Amino acid sequence: MGNENNKARKRNFHQARWNEPIIMEMGTKGERGILIPAVEAEVRAITGEIESLIPKGLRRKKAPALPEMSQMQVLRHYLRLSQETMGADFNIDIGLGTCTMKYNPKIHEVFVRSHKMTDLHPYQDESTVQGILEVLYKMGEFCKEISGLDTFTFQPTAGTQAIYSNASVVRAYHEDNGEGEERDEIITTIFSHPGNPAAASTAGYRVITLMPDESGLPDFEALEAIVSNRTAALIITNPEDTGIFNPRIKEFTDLVHSVGGLCIYDQANLNGVFGITRAKEGGFDMCHFNLHKTFSSPHGSQGPGAGAQGVTKKLSKYLPTPTIEFDGEKYYFQYNRPDSIGKLRKFYGVPPVVLRAYAYVMSLGAAGLKEVAEISILNNNYMLERMLKEIPGISMPMAEGVRRLEQARLSWEKLKEDTGVGTDDIDRRIVDYGFQSYFTSHHPQIISEPFTPEPVETYSKADIDEYVEAFKEIANEAYSTPEVVKTAPHNAALSTIADPEGLVNYEKFACTWRGFKKYIQP
Amino acid sequence: MKNKFIVHPYMPNSVPETKKEMLNALKVEKVEDLYKDVIPKHLRFKGEMRLPDPIFSEYELKKHVEKILSKNISSSDYISFLGAGCYQHYVPAVCDEINSRSEFLTAYCGDTYSDHGKMQAIFEYCSMMAELVDMDVVSYTNYDGGQASSSSIRMALRITGRREVILPKIMHPEILSQVRDYCKHVADIKFVDYDPVTGQTDLKDLKNKISEKTAAIYLENPSYIGILEEHGQEIADMAHEHGALFIVSADPSSLGILESPANYGADIVCGDIQPLGMHMHYGGGCAGYIATPQEKKLVQEIPTYLYGITLTKVEGEYGWGRALNERCSHGSREDANEYFGTECGLWAITAGVYLALMGPRGMEELGETIIYRANYAKNLLSKIDGVKAGIFDSNHFKEFVVNFDETGKTIDEINKRLLDYGIFGGKDLSKDFPELGNSALYCVTEIIGIDEIKKLVAALKEIV
Repeated sequence: MGNENNKARKRNFHQARWNEPIIMEMGTKGERGILIPAVEAEVRAITGEIESLIPKGLRRKKAPALPEMSQMQVLRHYLRLSQETMGADFNIDIGLGTCTMKYNPKIHEVFVRSHKMTDLHPYQDESTVQGILEVLYKMGEFCKEISGLDTFTFQPTAGTQAIYSNASVVRAYHEDNGEGEERDEIITTIFSHPGNPAAASTAGYRVITLMPDESGLPDFEALEAIVSNRTAALIITNPEDTGIFNPRIKEFTDLVHSVGGLCIYDQANLNGVFGITRAKEGGFDMCHFNLHKTFSSPHGSQGPGAGAQGVTKKLSKYLPTPTIEFDGEKYYFQYNRPDSIGKLRKFYGVPPVVLRAYAYVMSLGAAGLKEVAEISILNNNYMLERMLKEIPGISMPMAEGVRRLEQARLSWEKLKEDTGVGTDDIDRRIVDYGFQSYFTSHHPQIISEPFTPEPVETYSKADIDEYVEAFKEIANEAYSTPEVVKTAPHNAALSTIADPEGLVNYEKFACTWRGFKKYIQP
Repeated sequence: MKNKFIVHPYMPNSVPETKKEMLNALKVEKVEDLYKDVIPKHLRFKGEMRLPDPIFSEYELKKHVEKILSKNISSSDYISFLGAGCYQHYVPAVCDEINSRSEFLTAYCGDTYSDHGKMQAIFEYCSMMAELVDMDVVSYTNYDGGQASSSSIRMALRITGRREVILPKIMHPEILSQVRDYCKHVADIKFVDYDPVTGQTDLKDLKNKISEKTAAIYLENPSYIGILEEHGQEIADMAHEHGALFIVSADPSSLGILESPANYGADIVCGDIQPLGMHMHYGGGCAGYIATPQEKKLVQEIPTYLYGITLTKVEGEYGWGRALNERCSHGSREDANEYFGTECGLWAITAGVYLALMGPRGMEELGETIIYRANYAKNLLSKIDGVKAGIFDSNHFKEFVVNFDETGKTIDEINKRLLDYGIFGGKDLSKDFPELGNSALYCVTEIIGIDEIKKLVAALKEIV
């Protein structure tokens, strides 16, 4: 060992600050960023002039007021904006808990940027896309092993669309059983992602939300009191975003099954249970994985991701159309699915994300994936041990003495009481230390002044130590020089605190430059 | 791994000494001690996942994956006339340069301060789209164009408090399937017929079908089969007279030369931004947009993030944040207008880069070139015996129907034969729209030139 290399570093970080103008105010009339093929005279000779090819009245009268810029200037503008963005590649991105910000292997980018992936049209003849169909099919087989469920589809664009798709399958199943009208309730928990209750209500369900007891877990007795012949399904995450694993989960699923409901497992938090426990052992009928989280695909400034949606055999026929099959010789789409819920997205999901996930599983294998879970649990517990012992003002509410799996929901409540510095202040201040701002909690905040770190397996001990040291220092600042924290950030691309009015007040709101110029600052 | 120990390059703490040091700090022997009391035995997976043996070296992984990918024949290996909602346009190198930057590629939901540049880039995308569509509000992306259509329709249902939606009889079948599922319990769908000569909306039929129950009329312009609808304003007026909204899905690659639906009465304009700098990615390049006027009743129904601009204390300096969150599920869970999640941020940034490169003149020339080349192809194809190209008497954009009834051959047969010539023929329409006979939807973008079109014509002459 003797790793003097790994002594926690203190950086004198400053993010790039370019004060880059809004692109709508850049460029000069007449400049061109790119030219496209010109129309040949031979073509015009045959077709006649453009005026005859566009219906009168449909020709655009006023050119769009897009910027007119040369290529280098466009490139430079966007490179500068990129430097003002804290990508996960640049920092120890432990703070975005629930997002599983693991390393996105660069070799995967080589694969997805091959023209054998980028230039595939979704309606090409199946004989010309056997490679990508093989990847999609085999990744489905992998997911079956990882979950213990029977059929997978990759049509959802991301996790919440997979939840929506599962809610649609629930509806189709109950309708098929003649109980579509009667079963109009979906039960979920307050710690679950807000997309879960919203997807259920978008699919037409009344949502009932379980609250946690002191253990941090949803109250089983409360569930007993609300399940009935109106229960269509339970949507639940385990471990929840608090990192607390529900050891009674099988009792929950058994109870819902006993009244005829289905059980959906939101596995956004798969990373800590890979190969340790599965949807099947928990008694679930359906689940989903976020391939852009647990399976290493980059998050892409919020997508595109991909949702892997899995179900048991009895529900397979309801999955979106088409499925991908293999007849021993070739891979093909199966469109003949009369009971299917139909389409969620044109074509077949986001195949390059599935390709990355395939390469990821191939690079780890079964034991490697279990190692991912184990190291993410080890990292988290090591980090928590240090944080809770060494950082003043931080705590881990609920379920005292119970170990968290791969992430935890912490609280700065005491620090706030002591110093007036709250989680939003610290969240801004951490940017000064060269880290991504962190995830506090989804709405609503059950734990006050929340902070949800997730030190995934791709971070080293030294990374975790550096991360802990930074928060230790900020907590000390809160006690000694609270104004420094409250007025943060100081070293970010944007150092002045933005006026939140425009974000909450319709009268002050604009999401485009022309809207801003028209309504806010004429 | 098969129980064989390795230090994995993606897991620094797989070094045994490090792991030991961390376990010591936690006063446990092995990692399992950390979860043995948390995950009870009956929930543990007893076996080992049956996954292929892993490939540890990056070189061998590359060889393995590239061998699989080599089984694909791409649309740059062959000449492709496929469109139907996913298009092979030229992707400027700067678009790929920017979307492969680690900063954008690997960022996620950082906000105002850590990701100032990302927020500005997305705001600029919305700002440029707003100019292209000529509307003041453009949302952060939707999952895809079909989701944008589906959400636009649900917006109209909520705004009007009505249930009926009128869709065109010929629309993208996959988007129709999305709408059917997404609006299943909240909408009743009616279809308006098309004029048998022009293929455009049958206004008489629309007049019969529209009523005080109608929440929205939804059209695609250009239509699924590439036809330009000329009666947008009349349809908008009809919708508005009945208190309904007019929703138009518009291909943004057409809007440099064609009038925006905003200027013939559309209340909501939506569509897919894939043509603006995204590769096809086997459909993975798709992402949706929704645009509306700056009216509260519309804005509050947009279901995704909106990146709002804010002022700071420094004159001329701006910040951005997620605005009006109580509308959407992140702000109010099941009480939100709909749900949303991780949509397509990287494609929004890329589309912004594309629009900045193209500028107004580039977008106009793009539209022009597509129209010229598509018409040229239509013209040449029509001269082949037994082939009818453009079966409706209307102007087209990018796509047109080619009918092969008189050849006695099915589209499937013809397209299979075209593969021998290195050509992907048009999308087979015969199953989705049997009334169009033995027809295919051909797509010609700016990258299909005279040579490619002549090769198609020569091949078809031999085949039919």
